[in-house]
Amino acid sequence: MERPLRLISANPVDSLARTIEALLVVASQPLPVDDLAEAAGDEVERVETALGLLGERFREGRSGIVLEQVAGGWAFRASREAAEACGRLFERPVERGLSQAALETLAVVAYLGPCTRPEIARWRGVAVDSVVAGLVERGLIAEAGRESGGGGAVQYRVTALFERVFGLESLAALPRLEELGGDAGDLRGRLEALAERRPA
Amino acid sequence: MSVHELELDLDAFEGPFDLLLTLVLKEELALAEVDVAGIVLAFVEHATRPVSPQIQHGEDNGVAASAAHHASFIDAERDELDLDACGEFLVLVAALLELKARGLFAEGGELDELEPEEAAEELAQRLEEYRRIKAASEWLRERLVAEEDRFFRLGPAPLAPRGERRLAPQDPAALAVVLRSLAAEPPEVSLAHLELRFPPVSQFLGRFRSLLGRRSRFDFEHEVTGLSRVEQAVAFLALLELRRMGEVSLEQAAPFAPIRVARAAGGREEVEAWSARSA
Repeated sequence: MERPLRLISANPVDSLARTIEALLVVASQPLPVDDLAEAAGDEVERVETALGLLGERFREGRSGIVLEQVAGGWAFRASREAAEACGRLFERPVERGLSQAALETLAVVAYLGPCTRPEIARWRGVAVDSVVAGLVERGLIAEAGRESGGGGAVQYRVTALFERVFGLESLAALPRLEELGGDAGDLRGRLEALAERRPA
Repeated sequence: MSVHELELDLDAFEGPFDLLLTLVLKEELALAEVDVAGIVLAFVEHATRPVSPQIQHGEDNGVAASAAHHASFIDAERDELDLDACGEFLVLVAALLELKARGLFAEGGELDELEPEEAAEELAQRLEEYRRIKAASEWLRERLVAEEDRFFRLGPAPLAPRGERRLAPQDPAALAVVLRSLAAEPPEVSLAHLELRFPPVSQFLGRFRSLLGRRSRFDFEHEVTGLSRVEQAVAFLALLELRRMGEVSLEQAAPFAPIRVARAAGGREEVEAWSARSA
């Protein structure tokens, strides 16, 4: 069936944009384009066009609400200039006080996950049980089945919340592991510095 | 100063080296949590701390004064490292490292199967991998700082609408048949097997009396063969009752031998009297 030709009309993408805006306000986590298209009853390409429109409208410096692409979907957040005010009213329990051990464990799971606790311990060289439990409680990692299809140890992976907290569009946004880690470790440096200070 | 008194300030432990060793050996402290490199650094820092003014090079006299209070591993008289203390420390730390390494590879002799060169290569590779992970964690920390001013809403997702439940079209008559079968009274459960029937003792009293009217003696077993266990017990009670009233005399040659019952001499009148009394 042919669509009627409309010469003068409200931009139909504009109406779709309003629908998407509404969906994103109700959602409490990032919505993938496919979900938005299904809920709005429209095509993916048009939804992407509408998101472009919304991105222009809800951007830093123009609006207190900012549209961002994060954790595999689209979500609204507060603008950065409102951060101070937000900080007075709201806590950020997920990322507050993450220890070095927790960050290292998070890095292992993010880069090598899904992986088990013994595997993480092997990478970090220390026991990780309590650190893993803490990260699960924060919602940054979650169980992801068991090793070797059921019988093995519980495996963990990072969650969408991890991507959101760290502002990552997806795990692909992490820098490549091979490119990380500069020259010799700082431990050796410290030892050498001490050796030089030693009186002759 | 002894190595054992070396004060440590690690993530997992704070106190003298001696106490750390004790706790580890008693398995009250997981060696895996202990940063052995931290211990080495603490020792080296301590060992190289100047103690006497001639070693201290003038620029920070205040530190020199306070450092002089600290015992050191430097032999002050000869201005040399205390080799005994250093040797002892090396042995202790080597033992700690070996314990820790074994603890980390508990599940199998992974290291035992490797040649020393391979093990060294494996170790170097792991250290390299760990260095990368450490760098990755540093990247994450910086990212966290950079994203500090991003506030967003967190919460459970609203519930998705429930899908409609679809049922196949049903024939009312067929439903009625099914319902009727469910509504039928279940058959009553028989409790017959739970019942115990006790025939009255008097029944056997009468039976034994009439028997003794015809014969002067009889065999108890013979009379009760074919009766149920309960009936036999009641019959025996009747027999005891007759004996008590002196109507019969009982004989048994040995335990479990047949019981012989005989009419007691001159008992008949007493029986009549008893019957009259109890009637």
